[in-house]
Amino acid sequence: MPQYVQFRLPDVGEGLTEADIVAWQVAVGDTVTVNQNIVEIETAKSLVELPSPYAGVVTELLAEVGDTVEVGTPIITVDTDPGGQAPDGGASDSSEFTQATGEQAPDGAASDAAVSPSATGEQAPAGEADETSGGVLVGYGTKSASPTRRPRKSAAAAPEDGATSSAGAPPTAGAAAAPASPAQPRTAPGAPAPAQAPPSGASERSVHVLAKPPVRKLAKDLGLDLNRVPGTGPGGIITRADVLSAAERSAPENYVKHRDDDRPWLDGGTVSANGRQTRVPVRSVRARTAEAMVASAFTAPHVTVFVTVDVTKTMRLVERLKGDRDFADVRVTPLLIAAKALVLAIRQHPMISAAWDDETQEIVYKHYINLGIAAATPRGLIVPNIKDAHRLSLHELAVEIANLTTTARAGKTQPADMADGTVTVTNVGIFGIDTGTPILNPGESAILALGAIDQRPWVHKGKIKPRWVTQLALSVDHRLVDGELASRVLHDVARVMEEPSQGLVWG
Amino acid sequence: MFTPGADGVNAPVGETDDDLIQLLTPDGERVHHQSYSPRVDHLDRVALEGLYRDMVLVRRFDTEATSLQRHGELGLWPPSLGQEAAQIGSGRAMAPRDYAFPSYRELGVVWTRGVDLRSTLHLFRGEDHGGWDPNEHNCHLYTLVIGSHALHATGYAMGVQRDGDVGTGDPGRDRAVVAYFGDGATAQGDISEALTFASVNDAPVVFFCQNNHWAISEPTQRQSRVPLYHRGRGFGVPSVRVDGNDVLASYAVTAEALERARSGGGPTFIEAVTYRMGAHTTSDDPTRYRTRADEEAWRRRDPIDRLRILLEREGTPPEFFTGLENEAEEFGAEIRDYCHAIPAPPIERIFEDVYATEQAQISSDRAWLTEYLAGFEEAAS
Repeated sequence: MPQYVQFRLPDVGEGLTEADIVAWQVAVGDTVTVNQNIVEIETAKSLVELPSPYAGVVTELLAEVGDTVEVGTPIITVDTDPGGQAPDGGASDSSEFTQATGEQAPDGAASDAAVSPSATGEQAPAGEADETSGGVLVGYGTKSASPTRRPRKSAAAAPEDGATSSAGAPPTAGAAAAPASPAQPRTAPGAPAPAQAPPSGASERSVHVLAKPPVRKLAKDLGLDLNRVPGTGPGGIITRADVLSAAERSAPENYVKHRDDDRPWLDGGTVSANGRQTRVPVRSVRARTAEAMVASAFTAPHVTVFVTVDVTKTMRLVERLKGDRDFADVRVTPLLIAAKALVLAIRQHPMISAAWDDETQEIVYKHYINLGIAAATPRGLIVPNIKDAHRLSLHELAVEIANLTTTARAGKTQPADMADGTVTVTNVGIFGIDTGTPILNPGESAILALGAIDQRPWVHKGKIKPRWVTQLALSVDHRLVDGELASRVLHDVARVMEEPSQGLVWG
Repeated sequence: MFTPGADGVNAPVGETDDDLIQLLTPDGERVHHQSYSPRVDHLDRVALEGLYRDMVLVRRFDTEATSLQRHGELGLWPPSLGQEAAQIGSGRAMAPRDYAFPSYRELGVVWTRGVDLRSTLHLFRGEDHGGWDPNEHNCHLYTLVIGSHALHATGYAMGVQRDGDVGTGDPGRDRAVVAYFGDGATAQGDISEALTFASVNDAPVVFFCQNNHWAISEPTQRQSRVPLYHRGRGFGVPSVRVDGNDVLASYAVTAEALERARSGGGPTFIEAVTYRMGAHTTSDDPTRYRTRADEEAWRRRDPIDRLRILLEREGTPPEFFTGLENEAEEFGAEIRDYCHAIPAPPIERIFEDVYATEQAQISSDRAWLTEYLAGFEEAAS
């Protein structure tokens, strides 16, 4: 018979309480083997792949990519006996449902009845039943079963949850009206379990709601679930005013009445009561980007210098290299020449390759160049760097840039790849932008922005000619880089891009 | 991006290090060494196959335990991946009467002492403080405190001296002790203290330092200005540096050191140069502090691969390897089943092994607890 088991998010560090789901490596219907990697998670400490404790067929994924899941929450259901025969009497009554857990095995609480439809005529007494399921279910610490289960915290929470909380219902009031919701009831596909399970977490709590019959009728007429209305009356009684104000605040269907132009267009997040805003928690790359930007912008006084430069010869060089047999295996772009020009300019002015160490009140001069390339990826902005870029030939540099961007877009960039950068290039030009004032990658003292390269009227040898022109911007940490140094570095970058043969002189 | 220092602290094995003892290259070629080769001459093909099996099964166990942590079945696991040769080679050089003091990553050592590897899971599942009887296997429990057991090992070795079990010339009587620790532990005072006492007392103890290059995230060259085996010399202890990914060399140098210790020649310091291929523990993420290129370079020096090449060349039939693969898979399943069923020890266990002999305070505590627990039974009946 089908045997459903659930895998709960384990604590993969020591004392971690939650993790983000980064990527599922299996889908519903897939067959998994023991120790096959099923999901990639990101904790406060590391990116970790979790192997399956079970062999079988995946019947449910209980968390979505991007969800922050608390340790102990079931994340996947596997049928470990998919080919098994259902005995007479219906699969639902006899299929087993067990859970593996990094936390406590569940008690025989009511919520469990929903997920373990194992009730039969010969149901053992509650205590014994616990022991049976606890014995199968193994995770360390199963012996002292806890009566409470950690609720699932999820961005993909039911919309009404979101509506209520974003409407500002005090959590304590919500708790008073109804005990904390247990993990959402889950159904096991293939088994008609839902018939036995309560239709929602709400119905089992209805008995606790205190409201007079007319108020109940009002709520019903307004299509409002009383379980979700905080009561302000004596002893938590829900009053007419409570219902009316809740009706005003909730009703996410309101937005349907709006025209299409302000309809929510995000998949995740929490839609506000009036349907005109969506709130999305800040996580992962976005959180780290924000942290880094704030740290950088508000500790290093930035100053940015600009130069507009005729890069016609750089464009000719790029064209020539595209046809060069040695460069047949890589993409040659103006970014490559800009990166090389920056490396050469830094070699002319090594003082800019430095970092401010606030703790020791020292300036740390780097004798090497780890060249960061800002990459827009599906997960957000990341800045991996090319180690020891000063040692690389132009071809090697091209290969490294290609590898680094491919790795970044595949989401495989490792933290070490982003550590210890000394300078960064950001190519805003690919978005058609003239230039920008980039913010330093923390720990670095210079960042070069490469603008769009367009044909412009340009004075060339005394005549106005159409020339390829771009703007370069260099932001520096003004604590240790003076305007003069910044200007000289940017000038030398421009010099190489204007006349690439200068690279031979400096290379 | 680490560059080898002028002193060769971080020099890659076998490339620039003339002092390194190696009997088997990463390509599976035997290297002749005047004093150490004779120490492995008696290891015939069957013996080498035994060493190979040791390493494969230990690695299988380690992989399974790492997965069990990811399943949520263990609180923590320190992978020994990549360090099998240093551990198996040195462990197999020990005689039954010798005594090992492992740190917490010595799966291979524990295996050679005849301890059921599954016993190590009790500790990391949070069920037990130990997992086996040290005196049954002459193998102390895993020590989690860095370096402290080097003192225990030295003390034990001085006890062996006082029992008169050193330098009698009777192989059934003479015995020695091996203390296992890592490169990070050499920065602990305990190791220096242990070396001091061992040296001046001529204690029969071998200090076996597995330099796996990383003290969690701290590379070796940030821990020492000199190669680690020079530390031993400073204490007047004969010291040797061996390729820790070479099971034959690890065996040979340990055999020599043990012979010296048992015969009354005093301690030896062995630096086995190896590499921790996995994380420090399952709580650690090595990608934050080391590069793929670094790991890749060491993967090419894998201790198991090189012995396999040698065995294939010396005539081990393919059936041996397929048979071993099957054995390893079954082993993996056994480990999982065992882990799931580890029982909690009886609560009275907490009073055992606190003192060697019965002690008044312990006796009264035990009596109190027994009476307290009995109270529940009466109430229930």
